[in-house]
Amino acid sequence: MNDFQDRRAAGNGHAAGPGSGDDSGERLAELFAFLRRRITGDYEVDEFGFDPELNDRVLLEALRPLYRHWFRTETLGLENVPADAGALIVANHSGTLPVDALMLQVAVNDELGRPLRLLGAHLVYQLPVLGHLARKSGHTLACPEDADRLLRRGEVVGVFPEGFKGIGKPFSERYRLQRFGRGGFVASAIRAGVPIVPCAIVGAEEIYPKIGDVPSLARLLGLPYLPITPLFPWLGPLGLVPLPSKWLIEFGEPVRTDSYDPEEADDPAVVFDLTDHVRETMQRRLDALRLRRGAAFPPI
Amino acid sequence: MTRTVLVTGVRGHIGARVAAALAGDPKIDRVIGVDTEPPPPARGRDGGQDGPVLGRAEFVRVALRGPDLARVIRDADVDTVVHLSLVSGSGRGDRRAGGTGGGRPAMKEHNVIGTMQLLAACQRSATVRRVVVRSTTAVYGSSPHAPAVFTEDSEPVEVAHHGYARDATEVETYVRGFARRRPDVTTTTLRFANLMGPGVDSPLTRYFSQPVLPTVLGFDPRLQFVHEDDAVEALCRTAGTDHPGVFNVAGDGVLLLSQCARRTGRPVVPLPSPAFRLVGGLARGARLVDFSPEQLTLMSHGRAVDTARLTAELGWRPKYGTAAAFDDFLRSRGGPGHLPLAAVDWLAGLVTKR
Repeated sequence: MNDFQDRRAAGNGHAAGPGSGDDSGERLAELFAFLRRRITGDYEVDEFGFDPELNDRVLLEALRPLYRHWFRTETLGLENVPADAGALIVANHSGTLPVDALMLQVAVNDELGRPLRLLGAHLVYQLPVLGHLARKSGHTLACPEDADRLLRRGEVVGVFPEGFKGIGKPFSERYRLQRFGRGGFVASAIRAGVPIVPCAIVGAEEIYPKIGDVPSLARLLGLPYLPITPLFPWLGPLGLVPLPSKWLIEFGEPVRTDSYDPEEADDPAVVFDLTDHVRETMQRRLDALRLRRGAAFPPI
Repeated sequence: MTRTVLVTGVRGHIGARVAAALAGDPKIDRVIGVDTEPPPPARGRDGGQDGPVLGRAEFVRVALRGPDLARVIRDADVDTVVHLSLVSGSGRGDRRAGGTGGGRPAMKEHNVIGTMQLLAACQRSATVRRVVVRSTTAVYGSSPHAPAVFTEDSEPVEVAHHGYARDATEVETYVRGFARRRPDVTTTTLRFANLMGPGVDSPLTRYFSQPVLPTVLGFDPRLQFVHEDDAVEALCRTAGTDHPGVFNVAGDGVLLLSQCARRTGRPVVPLPSPAFRLVGGLARGARLVDFSPEQLTLMSHGRAVDTARLTAELGWRPKYGTAAAFDDFLRSRGGPGHLPLAAVDWLAGLVTKR
């Protein structure tokens, strides 16, 4: 699998290096140095399994065309994410498949120059290939231990508190935030004393409009839902091509948590209050951002 | 203060090295190494000297599960017990590594009943002041539903049902019971990550010595190693002064299995997990490698532990990181064969020369 990715990286390198003279020579030398590191295993992976080099040069590289050209993603409020301290980005989740998580990752990585450490569902880590690609990309399991550890290390952690309720909601409920679970993310932020950055993602709702569901088959396959979209499953694999909606990602003003005592992370009243506050802020920003974007599929 | 140290499991490589190292410590008057058989002659890097493997330490042939051990502890006024006889394998291949060679029942008897007998002897003793027990990070299990990094307080997501991990879990239960009954005795439990180094002979080092490395398709576990020198050092430090509690011992950082395989330069054969199980079972039947079910889950989901508590308590951290420990192991097993690397270098030379 990795050798395959390495070759893909090599392919990208060649495709990206049409220049001539010294420049392309340097690029080639750099590419071979990269290949050499990959083949000899001479690179570092952090304790969560994050492989920064593979992530930046291969995994995100594959997503960048989607981010730039397919969804024409624009970001706002980048200054609201701390440049060198821990922060918890809390975003709305939508789109049937977690493409929004990947685009948020590209946004934070490329526009802010920091890796985004996403907290993912248990389901992801049960699956072969996907679970380990997620780890290599810097994601980890959504559990308090991992969230606390990452935040204490000063990382930018991303979380989608709506979970499957958000990503699997029908198209008719688009841009309506779902319930936020137990607010575990708020407790983690309070324990680490890091700001919560509410994030609104507009555009993901339209990529796979979920107009139906086959719950019995989903149960059989052990999936949270089995979507029917205007294109899936009617067009087969072609139905998996996301619709090219226009995307906006906005990072809102940070909600500070350092005024709380870390002990208060165990106080349900504090946690629920703060969760509601973050949720209301996000819903307001989401509505405003949706208005600002206008049509999901602007005429070309 | 420390005068007489009893070390169990000296037939094993680590046991012998710890006994020899403690015997070389001028603050310790006497070191008694016990096991059912004397350690094999020295091999590896620190071998070659004509002295015995145990150095100044005395060897006493005694079975842990018999009554003789209590007599040894009583007669020698032992004040520190270092219990290292936990074995990870039961196959014939493990005989060298300190295994019991009698299959799983004998291994369980050796690990669990042996520990119970030892702790009973310590409990009755009026002289024992300190007990250090070797355990393993395998007690945390290995699961996709567990936190990425285990701390000493983490509960395993699934209780171990198999071999080594289960034995270690039971051993720790008895050690906790002992610590409750004898609060005046300092009890230290060290949970070691997979040992790695020139002299280590474990299922994992044997795995990495194969010409072809089977892996589980679609999985790339995080592995963590502790170098044998650091393991010996950690045990000697905890045997020398009081450090009560449970501590993880592992080299800094992690290596992915794919990364380890690339460092060995050996080809990898990814197999779907049922096939991996089958091959593992066949290899086990043929006594090539002893791959138990818990090693199979480790090869799928991996494991990493936090060592901050050890560093804070001892004011010391392992000299070798995980990667350095693995590289040291590889150096001792002969240089890696790097055919793909040679191909890349050749191609690089070809292209950049022009």
